[in-house]
Amino acid sequence: MDSNKNNIGIKLEYEVKKDDFTRAGEASSNIKKVLRQLGIDSDVIRRTAIATYEAEINIVIHSEGGTITVYIKPDRIEMIAEDSGPGIEDVRLAMQEGFSTASNKIRELGFGAGMGLPNMKKYTDEFYIDSQKGGSTTVKMTIYI
Amino acid sequence: MIVKDLVEKFNFKLLTERDGLEKSVDGVYCCDLLSWVMSHAKNNDAWITVQTHVNVVAVASLLNLSCVIIPESIEVDEDTIAKAKKEGIPILSTDLNAYGIFSKFYEAGMR
Repeated sequence: MDSNKNNIGIKLEYEVKKDDFTRAGEASSNIKKVLRQLGIDSDVIRRTAIATYEAEINIVIHSEGGTITVYIKPDRIEMIAEDSGPGIEDVRLAMQEGFSTASNKIRELGFGAGMGLPNMKKYTDEFYIDSQKGGSTTVKMTIYI
Repeated sequence: MIVKDLVEKFNFKLLTERDGLEKSVDGVYCCDLLSWVMSHAKNNDAWITVQTHVNVVAVASLLNLSCVIIPESIEVDEDTIAKAKKEGIPILSTDLNAYGIFSKFYEAGMR
C-alpha cells in the first residue's frame, strides 16, 4: 500500500494478481478501513467498497493482473482500475447485466454473474471504461462525498 | 436479535470464535451469487450461502453483514474459517436448509 498525504488528498495503490482468489477482496477491505478511519459517510464507504470489490474481482478473474488506485479527496473518491490485458471484445455487451465470459468453474464459486461492471456503474456517480481487444482495460470511477 | 441468539436459541453451530457475537441481526438474506449479494444485501443482514470459499468473508466484511450461515452442514474450507476469525465475521453452521433457517427467524419474531 502506498499512502501519501498531500494537497491532492490521499493516494492508495494496490497490486491485484491474476487468479489469486485467496487474496481477492483484500484491496477493497483495506480501502474500506482507511475510509472508515477518515470518518467518511457510511453510504459512501459502502458504495466505494462495492465498486472496488467488483473491480478487484474482475482483475482477478478476467485479466493478466493489474492495479487499483484510489484518490481520497475532500469532495470525492476517485478509483482507477487498470489491467494489463487481454481487453474486452465488446464493452457494450459486457456492460449488460447478466452477460459474462467467466468459466463454469468460476461461476460455481459464485463469481461471473455478469453483475460486476453494472454494479460499478450503478454505485458510482461517474463511470468510464476504456478497453480494446488485445490491449488493457481501464475503469475510472468517481463517488462524490 | 443478535448473533449470539442464533447459537443459543437456534442451536446453530459456531465455527469461528466469540468475535462478533454481539452484532445485531436486522434481516436475513440468501443468495450464492457474490455480485448479487454485494448489490442487494443490507447492513446487519445474516447471510445464508452454500459458498464456503474464502471470498465469502470479504463480501460479509465489506457489507457489514452480521454473520454467515452455512446451511445443510456443508463443510467450510479451513482457510475461510481462519480468515473469518481474523476479520471478526461469525460463521454459523446448521443442518437446516435455507427454508428451515428462514422459518427459525420467522418463528423468533423477525417479520
